[in-house]
Amino acid sequence: MNDTSKMNLPKISLRGLHKQFGPKVVLDSIDLDVMPGESMVIIGGSGSGKSVTLKCILGLLHPEHGSIKVDGEETVGLTGKNRKRLQRKFGMLFQGAALFDSLPVWENVAFGLLAEGKVTRREGKEIAIENLGRVGLNPDVARLSPAELSGGMQKRVGLARAIANKPEIIFFDEPTTGLDPIMADVINELIVECVKDVGATTLTITHDMSSVRKIADKVAMIYKGNIIWSGPRGDIDRSGNDYVEQFIHGKAEGPIQMEILKA
Amino acid sequence: MNFLAVIGRVAFRFLQAAGRLGIFALTAVSHSFSPPFYFRSLVRQMMTIGYYSLPVVGLTALFTGAALALNIYEGGSRFNAEAALPSIVVIGIVRELGPVLCGLIVAGRVSASMAAELGTMRVTEQIDAMATLSTDPYKYLIAPRIVATTLMMPFLLVVVADIIGVMGGFLIATGKLNFNPGNYMTLTMDFLEAIDVYASLTKAAVFGFFISLMGCYHGYHSRGGAQGVGVSTTNAVVSACMLILLSNYIVTELFFAT
Repeated sequence: MNDTSKMNLPKISLRGLHKQFGPKVVLDSIDLDVMPGESMVIIGGSGSGKSVTLKCILGLLHPEHGSIKVDGEETVGLTGKNRKRLQRKFGMLFQGAALFDSLPVWENVAFGLLAEGKVTRREGKEIAIENLGRVGLNPDVARLSPAELSGGMQKRVGLARAIANKPEIIFFDEPTTGLDPIMADVINELIVECVKDVGATTLTITHDMSSVRKIADKVAMIYKGNIIWSGPRGDIDRSGNDYVEQFIHGKAEGPIQMEILKA
Repeated sequence: MNFLAVIGRVAFRFLQAAGRLGIFALTAVSHSFSPPFYFRSLVRQMMTIGYYSLPVVGLTALFTGAALALNIYEGGSRFNAEAALPSIVVIGIVRELGPVLCGLIVAGRVSASMAAELGTMRVTEQIDAMATLSTDPYKYLIAPRIVATTLMMPFLLVVVADIIGVMGGFLIATGKLNFNPGNYMTLTMDFLEAIDVYASLTKAAVFGFFISLMGCYHGYHSRGGAQGVGVSTTNAVVSACMLILLSNYIVTELFFAT
């Protein structure tokens, strides 16, 4: 495959993705393309299926039907070495950072490299310190335990871990949740900078509209397990879609009815 | 009709859980014998499970041996069989009390700790994070724990428990019950047979496997936050203790049933 056709091929392509837990359908039929180098942000309310979509792509959950292609290769059902080869393309920043609390910060950052035996512990530490520097943390942080860090610092260490392996695709799960507005903006800027540095394709899920406006090239909105709108970031304010309008303006009235019991 | 449905549902759930546990055990064992091997993680687990369990195992064995000697002396004196004390203490400790008490103590300490640690890692997405870093959680988390416990139980903890248990009996017999130290040790060694030691070490390895399997299984499948981790921890300890007592009978039957 030549470079031109590679550029035309979606980095991630979802078709008819369906996932349910018992009788509860979480993903009905998701169709989505993320092009190489693109920053795609999926928005949607709590319980709309954003995280499940991400976990299906990562192979942490198995869809009942549908196709997930990465670089044109079908990934549903991949196991063993093939799954591992695919995972090497991925980096992920989890909502709660998900740092390994039994390891110091530097081992968290270099975990993937050390576990695969790609580097010695000394080299791993140097790489970790370099990546901590890229997210604005000084080398002293490297020897600390994750429990000694604030929420914002944990997110930054999580980001350093996500980019340490130089992944082709980085996933961000609610990157600014639980942070104050200033720290949220710092994280958003770091995401933009680091992704530019690494040259990765990104898929972010969030319901924070300031994140969307800062990091997205394209936006897709998920509602009740379906993509109901997608388009460039600039079009989101004139989408003409009542669901998108209600969501981005955070209104209680509109077609999206929250499942709340009123006394 | 409803009663039959309830029985069917319970049987179905039991078989489902047994099948899931069986698959987990087979996966864990197969990952223990295939590369990559995480030796650093294995050594860390050996220290945590083996070395740091020594004080509690040693104290338990010491007091159990001492109490056993007092009981046997008092009971034996009713039909003038006090002289059988050394042989009964050594057989009782090595065949039964050493491995079983050590197993139960380690189940309480290690199985609970494994379930709590892995359960917390599960609910805080650390296990998912590990998978996204191209690292198989079975190899990095489960295999070292199972191998370390299965090795440490027979080759360190139960050996120490057996020796200290017999020494507990020896100290009471010679210090309080006026046994001659030389005669006591001679009688002890005369009555101890190789098969007693093999049975003790076999039990220890089986118990070690079940302790770690239950801790890892319940921790790995934790869900539902702090309460879920608490439930997993309780289930891990209870199921490990039950399996220890059940497998103790089976191994005893295999070794000593005539």
